[in-house]
Amino acid sequence: MRAAFFGEVHGNWIALEAAMRDARARGAEAMYCLGDVVGFGPYPDRSIELLRERAVATVQGEHDDAVGNERPISSACYTNPGEERLARRDHAYTLAKISAGHRPWLAALPRRISFEHQDVRYLLVHGSPRRQDEQLWESATPDDLLEMLARDADADVVVCSHTGLHWQAALPSGRLIVNAGALARPANDGSRRVWYAFLDTGAEEPFSFVPLEYDCERLAAEMRAEKLPAQFVEAILTGFWTTGLDMLPVKERLRGRH
Amino acid sequence: MTRRQLPHDTPSRSFRAVAYLPVLAPEMATPRSPSRAPARARPRPVPSLVQLRRPEVRFRFLDALWIQVTGTHCNIACRHCFISCGPKADQIPMMSTGQVEEALEEGRSLGMRQVYFTGGEPFLHPQLPHMVRAALRLAPLTIVTNGLLVDAAAVRMILEESQRTRYSLDLRLSLDGTTQEENDRVRGRGTFEKVLETLRRLGRAGLSPVVAVVEHEGVVRAESRERFRQLVRELGIDRPRVQFLPLFRMGREMRRTHGYHDLGLLASAPLLSEVESRLPCATGRAVTSQGVYTCPMLVEHGSARVGERLAGSLHPIRLNWDTCQTCMLDGMNGGN
Repeated sequence: MRAAFFGEVHGNWIALEAAMRDARARGAEAMYCLGDVVGFGPYPDRSIELLRERAVATVQGEHDDAVGNERPISSACYTNPGEERLARRDHAYTLAKISAGHRPWLAALPRRISFEHQDVRYLLVHGSPRRQDEQLWESATPDDLLEMLARDADADVVVCSHTGLHWQAALPSGRLIVNAGALARPANDGSRRVWYAFLDTGAEEPFSFVPLEYDCERLAAEMRAEKLPAQFVEAILTGFWTTGLDMLPVKERLRGRH
Repeated sequence: MTRRQLPHDTPSRSFRAVAYLPVLAPEMATPRSPSRAPARARPRPVPSLVQLRRPEVRFRFLDALWIQVTGTHCNIACRHCFISCGPKADQIPMMSTGQVEEALEEGRSLGMRQVYFTGGEPFLHPQLPHMVRAALRLAPLTIVTNGLLVDAAAVRMILEESQRTRYSLDLRLSLDGTTQEENDRVRGRGTFEKVLETLRRLGRAGLSPVVAVVEHEGVVRAESRERFRQLVRELGIDRPRVQFLPLFRMGREMRRTHGYHDLGLLASAPLLSEVESRLPCATGRAVTSQGVYTCPMLVEHGSARVGERLAGSLHPIRLNWDTCQTCMLDGMNGGN
């Protein structure tokens, strides 16, 4: 079986379209989206329409929940007032811009998707199996906690997102945790590429991460045209994060520029 | 003495005399042995016609395991310390290496996410490097420090231990002003320059501690963030990290601001779920040499002792302490 897993999209429909094309070329029979389809990016309808047209199974992220149910975004995800203001402004943009017909789709997205293949139980969530907005960072999530989360969820493989950084850990029990990263913005590594996770059950290492080139200049132009914050555009073009930095554990933080 | 206006003061309310019933179960309200857990004298509940139970907080997950490795032993005595730590403060003894390892092991089995070493001043503990390594075998670790003892050898230890593990090893270093006058007023004479030297040393090593700032007097997070970030940058740390903490009017701070005068918020039961889930007592516990406490702020209060060991301490608690109001406000404001 070959399958692609797309982490946070956040309106980057150009990267999503490129990732779908790339995954098909690699022989993906199935595609999954791990949530946060909307928020931060331009023209929220476009990403939703790509996913809906191709019936991509999608789990709900906290932005999807907030937009779908017309609720304020949770301030738990923002660590300083300036960024929270940006996020609220962006949330208002998304709510104003999204077609009314897409909100019920976002609101109805499941919080988890599970399937079994060759006796391996896969669980797809946005944050963690127990919390939609829990961030599983590579350097800040103990192995024992990962074991507990997977065991309690009856999963052999947990695929998640919500941190923007891709990583995977094979646990002592044989269980696997895969953070698919994000299509929304680069991985804070100074490259413009974004990443998604690819599963090939026939490969020695079943999960790999795929770096993806896409037309980020076009995305930046659209963001500017929609008057989205300049900080968001800068991250897209430089490959280094300009916001959300306070959330990063120190190891991940020191890999970036800001 | 006139009470000072502080950032976390709430507007006065007409129902300020609302009181509460002490509703802790006996085993929670009283330490097992008075000699092991000396309780500070608790203020008596204010008599009132209406007696309300304080809001209850359900324990969710062990996101934070606070280990008070040095008890109340500290090399300085900050005027706003929410415990009463200092060079002569021995009311809570240091933990032995064995006690720390036991807490870590128990935390591991309960799904802890993050370990914090605190005190007092953790770098006073002679076995700190050993305990750091023990923690990092299991989980990410943050050492909460005043920074005065983080010398070249300590920086080397941090670098070495950090490279040995995939987990983050972080420092949370206190600085309460961007000038000597602003900082030394609460942290003591000479501390500003010494902390700046530590920050320069960490910067030269390529490290970036979280600079933790207590909101005292003129330090207000919304207005002060950039000047702290700028100072940290000027010291050679190009990825500055600044975190603001509320002022808890307890411990030694009681002498300055005389505790809480308006407890209206604590009468507003039940709590909104979003506020409740952000309270430290919903997602953490503090382990000391004298048992397990609801949170690191209340380790001097025998009534906040919730058990001998972690496993028996994860039950719901009530916000029976006046200082809980500060956490509630912080949770309502989204923290940091």
